Amino acid sequence: MIAEERLIIPKKTSNRFLMMIGLGLVLLVLGIILMMTAGPAHHDAHGAAATGHHAVTWYERLMSNLWLNSVYFTGIAVVGLFFTTVQYVAYAGWSVLIKRVLEALAYFLPVGGVIMILVFLLPIIFTGHNPLFHWTDHSLYEVDNANYDPIIAGKAGFLNLPFYTIRMVAYFALWIFFAWWLRKQSVAEDLNGGLSYYDKSIRISAMFLVVFGVTSSLSAWDWVLSIDTHWFSTMFGWYVFASWFISGLAATTLTVILLKQAGYMKMVNANHLHDLGKFVFAFSIFWTYIWFSQFMLIWYANMPEEVGYFTERLGGYGGHYTWIFFTNLVVNFAFPFLVLMTRDAKRQMIMLKIVCIVILFGHWLDFYLMIMPGTLRGESGFGLIELGTALTFLGLFLVRFTKGLTSASLVPVNHPFLEESIHHHV
Amino acid sequence: MQHVSPIREPLVTGGKTYHDITQDISRHVESKPNMRWAAALAVSLFFLGVFLWSVYRTLWYGIGEWGLNKTVGWAWDITNFVWWVGIGHAGTLISAILLLFRQKWRSSINRAAEAMTIFAVICAAMFPVLHMGRPWLAYWVLPLPNTFGSLWANFNSPLLWDVFAISTYFSVSLVFWYIGLVPDFATIRDRAKGPIAKTVYGMLSLGWVGSAKHWSRYETVSLILAGVSTPLVLSVHTIVSMDFATSVIPGWHTTIFPPYFVAGAIFSGFAMVLTLMIITRKTFKLEDYITLEHVESMNKVIILTGSIVGVAYITEFFIAWYSGVEYEQYAFINRATGPYWWAYWSMMTCNVITPQLFWFRSIRRSLTATFIISIFVNIGMWFERFVIIVTSLHRDYLPSSWAMFSPTIIDIGIYVGTMGLFFTLFLLFAKYFPVINMFEVKTILKSSSGVAHSTHHTSMHANDPQLVNHPKHD
Repeated sequence: MIAEERLIIPKKTSNRFLMMIGLGLVLLVLGIILMMTAGPAHHDAHGAAATGHHAVTWYERLMSNLWLNSVYFTGIAVVGLFFTTVQYVAYAGWSVLIKRVLEALAYFLPVGGVIMILVFLLPIIFTGHNPLFHWTDHSLYEVDNANYDPIIAGKAGFLNLPFYTIRMVAYFALWIFFAWWLRKQSVAEDLNGGLSYYDKSIRISAMFLVVFGVTSSLSAWDWVLSIDTHWFSTMFGWYVFASWFISGLAATTLTVILLKQAGYMKMVNANHLHDLGKFVFAFSIFWTYIWFSQFMLIWYANMPEEVGYFTERLGGYGGHYTWIFFTNLVVNFAFPFLVLMTRDAKRQMIMLKIVCIVILFGHWLDFYLMIMPGTLRGESGFGLIELGTALTFLGLFLVRFTKGLTSASLVPVNHPFLEESIHHHV
Repeated sequence: MQHVSPIREPLVTGGKTYHDITQDISRHVESKPNMRWAAALAVSLFFLGVFLWSVYRTLWYGIGEWGLNKTVGWAWDITNFVWWVGIGHAGTLISAILLLFRQKWRSSINRAAEAMTIFAVICAAMFPVLHMGRPWLAYWVLPLPNTFGSLWANFNSPLLWDVFAISTYFSVSLVFWYIGLVPDFATIRDRAKGPIAKTVYGMLSLGWVGSAKHWSRYETVSLILAGVSTPLVLSVHTIVSMDFATSVIPGWHTTIFPPYFVAGAIFSGFAMVLTLMIITRKTFKLEDYITLEHVESMNKVIILTGSIVGVAYITEFFIAWYSGVEYEQYAFINRATGPYWWAYWSMMTCNVITPQLFWFRSIRRSLTATFIISIFVNIGMWFERFVIIVTSLHRDYLPSSWAMFSPTIIDIGIYVGTMGLFFTLFLLFAKYFPVINMFEVKTILKSSSGVAHSTHHTSMHANDPQLVNHPKHD
């Protein structure tokens, strides 16, 4: 019988997570105050008047950051669930020892859901529209109004408040429900053993994959694509998914290594790391493939209705986003590709750690590049507000994630493929 | 030491030994051709004749023999080309991607799937080459020095990228397939009785004696080829999709095309593997090697890729509406309700609806149902390409030039003829080459045969009643 392994988070560490949240909030408030006091000077520099837009306020910047981090961390959380279900339906044996990490990632989902629903609805309740989503502006749909936009009005069947809200609630409800249902089987299996929980998990997983096949694209359209309301790209749902997936893989790998270095996960060895490394390597390339396919086809056809998205990011706003555009590729493709190419690199903790941290940062930047040009135009930045919001979310994420890690044994002691995973050899 | 969980289904049944494997597979190569095989070959040769006759007509009288017109300048030929290339995806997926994912069930189907890949790519290549009208100048597509004449390969054209992508894919697949055959050819050579067989298999086996050095080199080469093949699985159909997606034709220019074409290709490739393997396992009595577990695993790949394709269809339709672009919207309405509605709904039925039946375990494990659905998928994937190509072209920006496409007897002759070519090659392969990779099946025999299975039961979990008498999972 294999012994359980319980993670104990020292008081000092959990305090550190709370301090992270506290420090994040302080920086955030400080950033907002600075922006409120120094606001007017800022907007002259970027010629906001020339583009016909008003200058970006602290409120819009705060909202954009809240949204960016919610989408990013929610994505990592749901990928935890997604990858667990993939392991079940694929009858994977090797991954049993790391599956509790995947399950724990999904613990952030309720928090992400509450924040996202609030960030979307509160501005609408108080001000009538949401600054992140141009389409929430009523005047766009009124034929007699000067703001009337026939293209956006044509999307009203999909982009309207009630339907959008229902969809958003539905994604979270479904994801949280499946995460809870699957986790319930997993924990019960630890206690009671037998194959019934395993068999049931496979069925739950198959159902979730169908749900996720639809909701992953839909949520990407809702949460990210609709920010650039005029723009469209059939690939976009899969692009967001690819970015989420590689971030989730990097988070998982990093956690496994950190736990191992803290003296847990003793049975995880270089072979498991090697497989995780292969996943990180392969799906960095997969993300790049999706990125390239979308970019190349739009660039090549050069049609005005869709190329605007990339001109904004490549050279638009006086080249404001150009460096991010290229950094995105270097950090998320070239770096993991070159570093993780060899077998040895995939089996060494230090290499994997560096790559995973770089990828986690890189894909945050990827979402930054997806969201900011549509919401803040040429006036985004990297200041206290960005740092503060990201830190707060990271703290919240870690609180929930470690809650998930500590609430069950790190080793799923009665999983039918546990022996395979323990004796895993690549 | 590797461990295999007792709840895994065995991949080799019937209590086979190493020697049984050699016997069961080599028997078909060594015995005289039977009547059924000869009859099948005769039918295939007839259709190969149809192919040659249609090719003769095309080359002698020109492309005017085909049903193309000014509006629909690409139709039957490119549909068939993409269809065949798509089918040619399963082999490399099985030998490279499933190898990376350590799917042991690939061992007994990879040989035939790779052969199928190569033959399918040969059939595919016929269409663009014939469409050139003067195939003897086919080498003009290569970037040759200009001293050959006025040769400017257009590097901006995805059609040229296709030339490189498909020729690379073909070469690598061929080498990969052949390298895998070498040890098995040596086995057959060593068992051969007649002088011709001894000489021919002797030459084919390249002097293989199975020394440690040979195996070591063999494994290195296989690993390198697997690494090279993996991006090729994605690249070929990605570039085929770009033939359409780089253009600015509504219904063609859509960013989801590359991964969606790759998924569709794997989908159709697996359907064809199933069609062929269900027949092969029956005629060659290979039920212990290609088990229901294999069929079920392939059906799961079908349901996965079929669902991906389904999501892509719906995404395209939705985004066409969402885009607000009138032409894009019309292209899709026209697909579903225009004069080619029957092609669209055939595609939807065959590709999206029928594979969903595989959610039922009993259907996944039914050979008859699997065979019928695999044929449906083959048909559906042909219609998919026809829908994409013809419905997007036949009503272009200028309504006065709208037209319909109807194939001529020559069009049909070439298409049906490539099936003759394909089956001729496949039947020759099935008779003279070992259809199952003998030594790879031997490598999984210890861990995945029914015999190993039962010993694990008693040694590992004897006192766990639930494990011993567990109900079959799905």
